[in-house]
Amino acid sequence: MIDKRIHSAAEAVADIRDGATVMIGGFGEAGSPIELIHALVDRGVRGLTVISNNTGSGHVGLAALIEHGQVSKVICSYPRSATSTVFPERYRNGEIELELVPQGTLAERIRAGGAGVPAFYTPTAVGTLLAEGKETRSFGGRDFVMEYGLEADFALVRADRADRYGNLVYSKTARNFGPIMCMASRVAIAQVREVVQAGELDPEAIVTPGIFVQRVVEVRTPAQESILVRDGARYP
Amino acid sequence: MTQAPARPCAESAPHLGWSRDEMAQLVACDIADGSYVNLGIGIPELVAAHVPRGHELVFHTENGLLGVGPPPDDAHADPELINAGKKPITALPGAAYFHHADSFAMIRGGHLDVSVLGAMQVSMRGDLANWMTNEKDAIPAVGGAMDLVAGVKTVIVLTEHTTKTGEPKLVESCTYPLTGVGVVDRVYTNLAVIDVTANGFVVRAIAPGITFEDLARKTGAPLVDGRGERSILP
Repeated sequence: MIDKRIHSAAEAVADIRDGATVMIGGFGEAGSPIELIHALVDRGVRGLTVISNNTGSGHVGLAALIEHGQVSKVICSYPRSATSTVFPERYRNGEIELELVPQGTLAERIRAGGAGVPAFYTPTAVGTLLAEGKETRSFGGRDFVMEYGLEADFALVRADRADRYGNLVYSKTARNFGPIMCMASRVAIAQVREVVQAGELDPEAIVTPGIFVQRVVEVRTPAQESILVRDGARYP
Repeated sequence: MTQAPARPCAESAPHLGWSRDEMAQLVACDIADGSYVNLGIGIPELVAAHVPRGHELVFHTENGLLGVGPPPDDAHADPELINAGKKPITALPGAAYFHHADSFAMIRGGHLDVSVLGAMQVSMRGDLANWMTNEKDAIPAVGGAMDLVAGVKTVIVLTEHTTKTGEPKLVESCTYPLTGVGVVDRVYTNLAVIDVTANGFVVRAIAPGITFEDLARKTGAPLVDGRGERSILP
């Protein structure tokens, strides 16, 4: 019987090792799988490459993972936050590498990686610093820059509901990178607010089909990152 | 869909020419009824509150929603329903959520009609610089701006005419790193509405109390006087 349910966040991330490449969902706090990230902080693994739109807020979630020196490189579109100095400090000290990618190019690189497309051409960033050193090609008289697909060992995402097959539905704008990161990783781990019986999710409305998801962890009442940040919380 | 009520302006410093709400209103009135529009962070956010009665614009936020509605009161703010500036929003009846690859397919694939963005500099050839300065030690961050200018049909800049220290933002050639090359179609500032054409900057309208000479003094590139009718966007 297929059953992708895992009892705890700790168990779900137990085989993430030093040097792994990990996609982490979320746009700001919306969709950020904070309990899974904290389980990864607890594991103490190091040398991670993290692919994520942002670099975290305050001293919790992704910012905590970076603050504890566990991340050696981020692939990211917007590594600035009004509430966190964690990434900027490590970056200025040369303790973390940054690959800056336009947001839509980041999304398409992840989608391509998950769809078996090794590279593609995009009009985004042509003629800018972010296209320097990259192959360009002209189609129909317009220039495009080549970008590579991205794959990862693991993805950590947050969804709203799941069933034992790993089918996922999301909540509002918390969907953001979740569906494509599940596609682009060898092991996609979803924390969800509720696990329901197979058949309860309308097959017409499933956003991520279970084939893209390997593990599901129920976290009924996830921490709200903005409240932790407001209260000055640090993890652990 | 009905649109958001005006949010109070954060700053109310003495201001030459049009106010920020007047600037946003000019933009809102120039966008064709039925357009799909992405609004950038800052002054562009004000455009949503000034859609003319009887017009319907559908607002897109690149983190995954078409049909952005007005901000909720604090009691109804939902951390999972935010805009690209990470502020709480609402979703109007008829709205749709989608993931990031679909969101940027809308942008890059030319499905959105109008993008309204802020700027650090705009050149007379339509180059835009709005993502980083040359400051040493700055943390580079780009977000979705390069995708928007590369893919949306019409790109509008809505910004103050000069920087806080009085430097022109409209220039012959950008000195900051570019967001896109030859991408800007029109600029709305507190002083003027200016099209970017093959002949450089063409002035379409000037704010009350401002002369063409005043405008020229505050602009870092030649201006062509083309006052009169301007086209509806896109």
